[in-house]
Amino acid sequence: MHAAVVVFPGSNCDRDLSVAFEAAGARVSMVWHKDTDLPEGVDIVGIPGGFSFGDYLRCGAIAANSPICKAVIAHADRGGYVMGVCNGFQVLTETGLLPGALLRNAGLKYICKTVGLRVETSNSAFTEGYNAGDVINIPIAHHDGNYFADDATIKLLQDKDRIAFTYTDNPNGAKADIAGILSENRRVMGMMPHPERAADAGHGGTDGQALFRALMGALTVA
Amino acid sequence: MKARVHVMLKTGVLDPQGEAVRHALGAMGFDGVKGVRQGKVIELELADGTSEADVATMCEKLLANTVIESYTVEMV
Repeated sequence: MHAAVVVFPGSNCDRDLSVAFEAAGARVSMVWHKDTDLPEGVDIVGIPGGFSFGDYLRCGAIAANSPICKAVIAHADRGGYVMGVCNGFQVLTETGLLPGALLRNAGLKYICKTVGLRVETSNSAFTEGYNAGDVINIPIAHHDGNYFADDATIKLLQDKDRIAFTYTDNPNGAKADIAGILSENRRVMGMMPHPERAADAGHGGTDGQALFRALMGALTVA
Repeated sequence: MKARVHVMLKTGVLDPQGEAVRHALGAMGFDGVKGVRQGKVIELELADGTSEADVATMCEKLLANTVIESYTVEMV
């Protein structure tokens, strides 16, 4: 599996994401936001957490219009895999690859702590290493993680089994407790919690490892 | 020429910042404030001949996220 991790000015989880992909056995290329093409043969693009472009205007809005994002959208349109974590999830909603938007946390505070996530579906390359209903512990670190979409979109996500993870104890006001969602073809996934921060025993938790290992398994065969 | 773009959260989208401002005003003794919605104003300096439709396109593509926000354009 060849993963590309996009780096924007202000990204700060790019190396963590790269390390997690590598630990699962992937080859990783770092890609700069001004690049107009992804490296040849990339299987999955990772959009990392951080504060791309200082969160100016709206979180992820300027990154979503950067040159590399045109290539990421084209990759997704070809059926390629994309994973956005935290700011990366915000970027993916701003590009329109995933529906909805991430609003300011309902309590207005930046929250950094480990939370419980319920795996809502094992039917995706991202979540097939878990069983639906599993509760895993993954850190969150965000100020704007309050998932919002209109009621029709929420119902569509529920009916089509496109909710990847929900919070067991909603920390930010997200609609339907949503922590992560899948695209219609189940190959684009965005989540606010940070699986790459729970992927090594030194992190104090390894519940995120199964996500990267499942991806490795799914995309190496493909 | 200039344009002024007003971006507001749509009705029905929770505005926790506006709500916090409302609480603060209440705590300061301003009893008559029933609701506060906080938005942003973006001023653009434009080349002559830029149309209102051009600015609307900028709003659709970048300045507003129409999933959660509405916008109005004022040419000044």
